[in-house]
Amino acid sequence: MAMLKVTDLNVYYGSIHAVKGVSFEVQEGEIVTLIGANGAGKSTTLNTVAGLLKARSGSVEFEGESLVGIPAHKMVSKGIALCPEGRRVFQDLTVRENLEMGAFIRTDAEATEMRTVVYDRFPRLKERRNQRAGTLSGGEQQMLAMGRALMSKPKLMMLDEPSMGLAPILVQEIFDIIKVFNEMGTTVLLVEQNASMALSVADRGYVLETGRVVKTGTGSELLVDDDVRKAYLGG
Amino acid sequence: MGFITNMINGISLGSVYAIIALGYTMVYGIAKMLNFAHGDVIMVGGYICFIAMNNLGLPPVVAVLLSIVGCTCLGIVVERLAYKPLREAPSLAVLITAIGVSYFLQNTALLVWGADPKAFRSILDLPSIKLFNGQLTVSPISLVTVAACVAIMVGLTLFTTRTKMGKAMRACSEDKGAAQLMGINVNTTISMVFAIGSGLAAIAGVLLCSTYPTLMPTTGSLPGIKAFTAAVIGGIGSIPGAALGGVLLGIIEIFAKAYIGTQLADAIVFAVLIVVLLIRPAGLLGKEIHEKV
Repeated sequence: MAMLKVTDLNVYYGSIHAVKGVSFEVQEGEIVTLIGANGAGKSTTLNTVAGLLKARSGSVEFEGESLVGIPAHKMVSKGIALCPEGRRVFQDLTVRENLEMGAFIRTDAEATEMRTVVYDRFPRLKERRNQRAGTLSGGEQQMLAMGRALMSKPKLMMLDEPSMGLAPILVQEIFDIIKVFNEMGTTVLLVEQNASMALSVADRGYVLETGRVVKTGTGSELLVDDDVRKAYLGG
Repeated sequence: MGFITNMINGISLGSVYAIIALGYTMVYGIAKMLNFAHGDVIMVGGYICFIAMNNLGLPPVVAVLLSIVGCTCLGIVVERLAYKPLREAPSLAVLITAIGVSYFLQNTALLVWGADPKAFRSILDLPSIKLFNGQLTVSPISLVTVAACVAIMVGLTLFTTRTKMGKAMRACSEDKGAAQLMGINVNTTISMVFAIGSGLAAIAGVLLCSTYPTLMPTTGSLPGIKAFTAAVIGGIGSIPGAALGGVLLGIIEIFAKAYIGTQLADAIVFAVLIVVLLIRPAGLLGKEIHEKV
């Protein structure tokens, strides 16, 4: 049984049909990526799974249970965390407070334990734990956003454009960390415009175009696919 | 000695403004709305305390506690019934609703308690303290007011920086979507802020009426508007800003009354608002908001 199963999902912004019958699955332990150009409906799909947007029709099942109609703040206790597009760390809160918010539904003991895990993984965050998040660099904020999502001990972590706006050296680091999260036992659903990077770490990928899934395959298959190369990998 | 007396009165009045302004600023911070009914919650708090002391004969401490509980419930109910359905509505609709709630509370009070001003008995039955051979008189209620304001500021600061719910409140104020992703129930958090703000309004109402003992359905309006002014001067959304703005405004008002003229005092208070907004549009301790392009 798939961990996450999305079937025939339709999402509208007012009268704009942003996601048109998208279906995909994520198996436990996988890294799955949704790639596609701007406006393909990738982020909309993630935000709908996370409960921030409402689907017009279609189903979302997580571990066999329907997620339709469940509010966003209940998702994290189901084991789903979303690291949102544009990082959205709490600028006025310190690094440490941001991490505490990530473990909002956890007990203090669990939060302390996860904080040690996050600080081990991101020593920079430990150094800057008492600094306001707004004073961090873009790369550090991305790490904080990922650490914050990890704090809830999610079974499924969804990451929306984690490499956006980062220097190439940091992009590599971010993807290395995604692999580490996965090896720690977290299933990953990744949305990226940086298709070559995403496909190189992903077990499987789905290509979205204007709200539809147009192609699917393993990461390595899609990396050498002619259409995908032409459209997203610069030839 | 006149100067010192005026200063004490100013700080005391300013403390009341500060307590009211805290409610305005916290609600604005999280709900991004100006709750113009906040001033009328003060008036309700005053009436509850008055009835508990005069009609029911309860001791002042119990009366004040009843007043806090009553206003806290009122705040939660008003938010649930009037503002929550408008969460996604344009801010103008919410603003007009808040003015509507204000009229509703005032007129309900008029129906229930009548238009006659009630003579509010101070919650403290102590003689004034005389210092320097009677040259300086300090009323105990002034000291209690200032102490209450300081205690509330310390309490709120600890709450927002040390407790999980306080931090969640700050997280919600900044980004509701991201807060939801953390598992924070935004609606509950907004209710909590309305509850705190209205409880503070009750305290302010009791303190205000103990110093200026006339209670009528419109008692809360002008202090409400002045506290709103104080919140804007301090920087709306900022908790230390509300305290600073409140105390400054109280001092300016009392000094204007003492040295310039009673009639002009309110005009001077609002003139200060205009000047501050011209020089520092975000308020004294407010943050400049950069529009994202």
